[in-house]
Amino acid sequence: MTATGHRSHVTLRVNGEQHRLNLDHRTTLLDALREHLDLTGSKKGCDHGQCGACTVLVDGRRSNACLLLAVAVQGREITTIEGLAAGGALHPMQQAFIDHDGLQCGYCTPGQICSAVAMLDEAARGWPSAVTTDLAATGVTLDPAEIRERMSGNLCRCGAYVNIVTAVSEAAGTRS
Amino acid sequence: MRPFAYARPTDAADAVEQASRNPDARYLAGGTNLVDLMKLRIESPDLLVDVTGLGLDAVEESDGVLRIGALARNSDVAADRVVRERFAAVSQALLSGASGQLRNAATAGGNVLQRTRCAYFTDVSKPCNKRHPGSGCPARVGEHHNLAILGASEQCIATHPSDFAVALAAYDARLEVQTADGIRDVALADFYLPVGDSPDQEVALQHGELITAIVLPAPPPSARAAYRKVRERASYAFAIGSVAVVVAMDGDTVVEVRVALGAVASMPWRARRTEDMLRGTTASPEEIAAAADAELSSAAPLPHNAYKVPLLRHLIVSTLSELTEVGR
Repeated sequence: MTATGHRSHVTLRVNGEQHRLNLDHRTTLLDALREHLDLTGSKKGCDHGQCGACTVLVDGRRSNACLLLAVAVQGREITTIEGLAAGGALHPMQQAFIDHDGLQCGYCTPGQICSAVAMLDEAARGWPSAVTTDLAATGVTLDPAEIRERMSGNLCRCGAYVNIVTAVSEAAGTRS
Repeated sequence: MRPFAYARPTDAADAVEQASRNPDARYLAGGTNLVDLMKLRIESPDLLVDVTGLGLDAVEESDGVLRIGALARNSDVAADRVVRERFAAVSQALLSGASGQLRNAATAGGNVLQRTRCAYFTDVSKPCNKRHPGSGCPARVGEHHNLAILGASEQCIATHPSDFAVALAAYDARLEVQTADGIRDVALADFYLPVGDSPDQEVALQHGELITAIVLPAPPPSARAAYRKVRERASYAFAIGSVAVVVAMDGDTVVEVRVALGAVASMPWRARRTEDMLRGTTASPEEIAAAADAELSSAAPLPHNAYKVPLLRHLIVSTLSELTEVGR
């Protein structure tokens, strides 16, 4: 196959629904979600992979949607903040952010929540972090230091970090 | 961003064929650096050859040799059981870099090919000998607090930003490269080119060649290893200095030692003078300090990065001391 054109028909699977779009190859997944599918929950902060506001799940793994090209994520299962609540009930992580006031302006919150949901999954699989003392350990305890390190890709310019850590601890079941 | 065509090759040979035909083609893997560089107009490909569908993402050990597929994600490599237990400095280096989101996207091959974060390279409104050979380098008199102290030239003082590559250097890694004629193999030590007068020539790859795997030979028996990184905030920041050490002792004697330094040069910097001075010694505090000084005596710091010389000295001394102390 020789590729020449600058646009493609792209099939995106988002929150369990299939969408067929005709996209310029330059379109990032974030712009496809926000500008073409009206899913504006994922936020554009820095647009350079530095702030985490655009965090979505790709096949269950957190990723910066601003650095993914839509044409390159065809066939992957994309989950955005809009897809986390099942049957009208909030995801436990969403509820924990509300209960512990884990936000001020709210702009970083969708990214924080998507990131935290996937982060719990990584910990459940035993993935170590930079602050894990024993790399060979099989289990991970998500204490505040682990949560802060693992969530460092999500910036909150209001500085709601203290309550974010409490909310994530609550959802992780490690709140003391 | 310049419009571009997009291709999904069927295998590595097809990828090389498609990319080789077009001098403005680039490979797309995780995209965490390339897409950003395209947004900044530092890279303007007119064809992206997406290699993420090629497989090439396995992490396998055989007879003690570790083979990391070039498309393996940083997070998968860092979490791999064999890597954590037998190549610990690789895990530590990867986990100390970027964020959870970026590590999920970024690949092993892309990591070693990432570009410098020098403020002048990443700003197209400024001169830069790396982007535009001959345009000049404002960094020497400008913002250089995190730039090179070793192996730099009048033309460029950029640093290589990777943590992973520093650990790879200490494990004597080699790269497998798909060419138009088959597979060739290149030592990491020969992969990064000295800066000299051509800072735009960074790596020993011809256009269209594709890294398919990174191979780490079995570490010496009973080797211990660590990656240590200093940065300006606790997490999610590039190193201002780092060190990877692999050292093997026989009783009190150092039988093999490899030391690589990060954030000090255009490439992961092997401290071979340090290694040569320590091999065969008992790694006493005096011998370790003298070995660190021997390497750093060739440093050529500038006013705002002179702090890196004592910083690296402390990093080398403390890491070597800890690793050689264990088991005595």
